[in-house]
Amino acid sequence: MVEFSLPANSKVLPGKTHKAPAGAKKVKTFALYRFDPDSGKNPRLDRYEIDLEACGPMVLDALIKIKNEIDPTVTFRRSCREGICGSCAMNIDGTNTLACLKPIEEIKGEAKIYPLPHMPVIKDLVADLSVPYAQYTAIKPWLQADSAPPPDGERRQSPKEREKLDGLWECILCFCCQTSCPSYWWNGDRYLGPSILLQAYRWLVDSRDELTGERLDELDDPYRLYRCHTILNCTNTCPKGLNPGQAIGSIKQMIAARR
Amino acid sequence: MTAPNRPLSPHLSIYRPQLTTFLSITHRMTGVALAVGTLLLAWWLGAAAYGPEAYARAQGFLGSILGRLLLLGWTFALFYHLCNGIRHLAWDAGKNFEIKKIYSTGYMVLVAAIALTAIAWAVGLTR
Repeated sequence: MVEFSLPANSKVLPGKTHKAPAGAKKVKTFALYRFDPDSGKNPRLDRYEIDLEACGPMVLDALIKIKNEIDPTVTFRRSCREGICGSCAMNIDGTNTLACLKPIEEIKGEAKIYPLPHMPVIKDLVADLSVPYAQYTAIKPWLQADSAPPPDGERRQSPKEREKLDGLWECILCFCCQTSCPSYWWNGDRYLGPSILLQAYRWLVDSRDELTGERLDELDDPYRLYRCHTILNCTNTCPKGLNPGQAIGSIKQMIAARR
Repeated sequence: MTAPNRPLSPHLSIYRPQLTTFLSITHRMTGVALAVGTLLLAWWLGAAAYGPEAYARAQGFLGSILGRLLLLGWTFALFYHLCNGIRHLAWDAGKNFEIKKIYSTGYMVLVAAIALTAIAWAVGLTR
């Protein structure tokens, strides 16, 4: 359902400001979305002033510094700190990206950081991703084949067939694209969303997969696939430089071609 | 397990406006405008069939400043929806999905829609 404004329990209230330490040379303010599930209160926006002279270059460095040195209650997901795990996906300076890949320098003025948009919030910058994970399960993201594999080894692919998976296998399921899509905001309960459709396409074009027809049957639905209105926020925001919009376009073409 | 009362994270109010979203919502709004504008057209045609008095009333309204503004908006909606519709056709054919192309074709649509509107009005007003 299209609902432009936030429900009453989700309205973001003004929060506290943590001043920079005396003698700080290069002060930058980070405004973080805070939600404490135990408080029973609405989310708020807390401001942290930090000295960039004593901080690493990426937004994740600043978050870790805030958590270590100013406020240990700040909660966020992070792991690899090099753009390969997808844990630190969040909305930074208005667009979704990975905190570990986003240079602080690229942000003008105050750096506003929110959880991935239009998702239930567990705590602070941690969004509940169970729905997209369930949608991922629904597309059966594994190799399906009726024929038996060759007795002497694995199923083979030519280099050309393997090439078709480039630009798809690199997806780390960070859900930056998924939660940048207004169509997914309004119909996320039924529309699969850009990241899941990119994954679906990854199995559709895999030469070893034999259930292409069944996969297309599952996708051929006014909501699951066709809620994509080619807004293309997805392609615009992917921190890995992939193209979910193109993948969805290709699925639509596959369905049109078999009619 | 009871569902916790989790807040919904902010979306529309915090997401940076960009060409992709702007052109998409404009496409939808011009589509609605075209449907409403068609009612105006039907009224004008109906008035012409009804008689000279009714036709004069319709002409009077459409020729007024408000009427002209509506017609200007309708003309732009028509050309924008047409040009962006062609952009959508290219996407349906699997083309122009690269970020550079998304932006270049987007700006082309905007310029073309404004230029075509200007040309249509220039021709209309000088005849």
